[in-house]
Amino acid sequence: MKNWLTTTDHKRIGLLYFWTALAFFLIGGLEALVIRAQLARPEGIGVSAELYNQMFTMHGTTMVFLALMPLSAALFNYIIPLQIGARDVAFPRLNAFSYWVFLLGGLFLNASFVAGPLFGAPSLSVAPDGGWFAYANLTERQFSPGPNIDFWLLGLQILGIASLAAGFNFIVTILNMRAPGMRMMRLPAFSWMTLVTQFLVITAFPVITVALVLLMFDRLFGTHFFVPAGGGDPILWQHLFWLFGHPEVYILILPAMGIVSEVLPTFSRKPLFGYTVVVYSGVLIGFMGWGVWSHHMFSVGLGPIADSVFSATTMLIAIPTGVKIFNWIGTMWGGQIRFTTAMLFAVGFIAMFIIGGLSGVTHASPPADLQQTDTYYVVAHIHYVLFGGTMLGLFAGMYYWWPKMTGRQLSETLGKWHFWLTFIGMNLAFFPMHLSGLLGMPRRIYTYAPQLGVSSFNLISTVGAFLIGVSVVVFLWNLWRTRTKGEPAGNDPWGGATLEWTISSPPPVHNFDVIPTVTSRLPRWTATRMRAVPEGAEGAPGPIHVPGGSWWPMITALGLPLMAIGALSHQVWVVLLIGLPITLVGIYRWAYEPFEV
Amino acid sequence: MPPHRLRFCLTLTALLSAVAGCGGPFPQSTLAPKSDYSTAVDQLFTDIFWWAVVVFVIVEGLLLFVIIRYRRREGAGEPKALHGHTALEIGWTLAPALILVFIAVPTMRTIFATAGRAPEGALRVEVIGHQWWWEYRYPALGIVTANELHLPVGTPILLEMTSADVIHSFWAPGLGGKRDLTQGRTTRIAFRADSTGEYWGQCAEFCGASHANMRLRVFVEPDSAFRAWAARQTGAPAPPARGSVAERGRQVFARSACLGCHTIEGVSRGAIGPNLTHVASRTTLAGALFPNTADHLRRWIANAPSLKPGAQMPPQALPEEDLAALVAYLESLR
Repeated sequence: MKNWLTTTDHKRIGLLYFWTALAFFLIGGLEALVIRAQLARPEGIGVSAELYNQMFTMHGTTMVFLALMPLSAALFNYIIPLQIGARDVAFPRLNAFSYWVFLLGGLFLNASFVAGPLFGAPSLSVAPDGGWFAYANLTERQFSPGPNIDFWLLGLQILGIASLAAGFNFIVTILNMRAPGMRMMRLPAFSWMTLVTQFLVITAFPVITVALVLLMFDRLFGTHFFVPAGGGDPILWQHLFWLFGHPEVYILILPAMGIVSEVLPTFSRKPLFGYTVVVYSGVLIGFMGWGVWSHHMFSVGLGPIADSVFSATTMLIAIPTGVKIFNWIGTMWGGQIRFTTAMLFAVGFIAMFIIGGLSGVTHASPPADLQQTDTYYVVAHIHYVLFGGTMLGLFAGMYYWWPKMTGRQLSETLGKWHFWLTFIGMNLAFFPMHLSGLLGMPRRIYTYAPQLGVSSFNLISTVGAFLIGVSVVVFLWNLWRTRTKGEPAGNDPWGGATLEWTISSPPPVHNFDVIPTVTSRLPRWTATRMRAVPEGAEGAPGPIHVPGGSWWPMITALGLPLMAIGALSHQVWVVLLIGLPITLVGIYRWAYEPFEV
Repeated sequence: MPPHRLRFCLTLTALLSAVAGCGGPFPQSTLAPKSDYSTAVDQLFTDIFWWAVVVFVIVEGLLLFVIIRYRRREGAGEPKALHGHTALEIGWTLAPALILVFIAVPTMRTIFATAGRAPEGALRVEVIGHQWWWEYRYPALGIVTANELHLPVGTPILLEMTSADVIHSFWAPGLGGKRDLTQGRTTRIAFRADSTGEYWGQCAEFCGASHANMRLRVFVEPDSAFRAWAARQTGAPAPPARGSVAERGRQVFARSACLGCHTIEGVSRGAIGPNLTHVASRTTLAGALFPNTADHLRRWIANAPSLKPGAQMPPQALPEEDLAALVAYLESLR
């Protein structure tokens, strides 16, 4: 137990991220099922407007910040050092700190579900209810007087710290800790996309942090940044939020693109087609992602010039995205495709992401978007991108690397059940939403009139959502039974090309007995023949330094939610006398901790 | 495909279309454009949609071909390692770019054509968003009403919109795209309705507890019908007959909390809730939520928040007799 609490081993931290994010994924999924149950028929099944608004707010917030991002983080943590031939990340204790901040931030946010009585609220739950986008001025104190929005503002500030710390850590790790000979253009595609993602994290999160702090000042100290009557501007919030929010979309999708770029070559027995193009288009998407944010704001009325510019930049970003898809298809062309579960999810990712991308082009056109935005058509779009894209990609990554992480294979039979239930479920759930949206159903409504004529589409969506729920149960069962019944994986169950497959599963604490020397992009495949090369270099290892555990990352993290509790309850002394000192002492002791523990 | 599987697929398709087919007639559809604005958008969307279908068929077809053709076969040797192909990369960069030109050009044209500019002499209506109802003012006609917008067919219309509180979005899909209403700003929608009829719409920007209940109707009428409606809306309604129940209701209104928030021309000048001068001429109540019947009106006055979460009108503890009289009075305001 103590080993896990004080661990600085990237592999253990990766597993902690995985299980925690999986738990939040289940919570976010249950919230989705409440939403879908309520919408199964017109006039609802009795979920109140207040609870419904909390459900869709927390579903979005949870899936983005507590499920998809940290599930990616779990794979970054476990796999990146192995892929680049390193013994750990650059800052192991900072890595532990990121995890603990993430966990505590997530718990803080979800504590709002039972915190009502503490604030004298009439209901048990005071969960955030302003949408995951929390548009001002609805989220100002005047219109949202309860603690709900404060939970959201403070929770996201905490989570931002976790993301930023991890972002810097992985950038330094990938740039500085590559094995000898691993030049940037020999870096595995997953590591490359992780690097781009982390640059987006360290540039986008400061923007949302500024927005969160301004809105927090409005709510706590009566400033007027977003209050029109006080000279502020609620549209400013939208600019700041989407200036973060659009790069965030790429933070969510690029890791999945990286995963797919590993899985497809392995199971096609061919190197990634157009590696350079795939890498550069990922980098280009990262840059271009900063120039499209106002396409979330066409309905604001920014004027025809601004609408035209943002429409054009948005359409342009479809080009590098399309190029990636063609290169993935090129990777499989002429291959020997093995349909393992990981491969099914990777191909499913491509098939679904195409649909999400194409519907995206339809609302890159502002006039068309003005009929589509804020309707279920857009709900369909984001779920094809973030579930059909990111989530299927993450499942591909889990099936692919699970043997490496645990030493045991997941059941392929259950895996295929998982895939097909997910695939059918998501199309039943999300495809009809295109139609209900075009037929006039807005999003974020807890009830709708039977006369709208969208009742049957909604019923189908609900059936699909519950089918996804069933598929997740199959996945959980697969994870559970693997602990004892999973087949031992060996070093390399798939015939992969990258360094993580040269070492045992799970790897030893120090990962590599001897740090390998890399001479090609696919170290385990020779350049011309598709034949696995002999593993690892020979030679007796010298003494290897492995950093010991430390309590201080967790203690430093602990002060943050305590400060947030102080701000939430308007008790300055809790901030100054409890939260802040804990974090400061944590940082101090951390800084002076002896190097060898 | 084996026959039993084919039959299964056909049955499934038939079943799905049967389930989906029983909807309609879709009063809030974006696919039934009835104005110059919504028609332009619909044509643009149709163009883009077919481009998307073409790309979808090509790319998904290619994907399907590859995963079927190149699945692993026993005894086949190792595949040839292909690292890339420059001509192909250039090709599949340029092809999408070319398609996007065909989408971008009509898009830009439509953006400027639907930018909210109306010709001289357009009928100007001020739209003010409130949590959770719509206020409409016709400055040229001196009319103030709520939730149900009446417009003449074939006449250029200019909606000038703002919000009294949070951000809302006016959306009547049959007549045009949505546009946000923000406190301290004025936004515009301009269009000309092509055919008469009743159009449904609702707020499209999440605006708090009863966002789902902030609905609206637009009645597009022949010119004569519109002028008749406008004539009825201007000025105070006839006072109720002496000694009638409605007259008693008017007294209840005048001594209750009602007058603090509602305007009835010649009776009260409240400015928080909807103008009730001709409330009985409207077909719906409470943000186009319920039909305007005596029963709904009575339940609404007695306990509005129970029918519409967060509604700002507090429950009115009136004696049953007073309530009935008040309803009779409001019903008389044609």
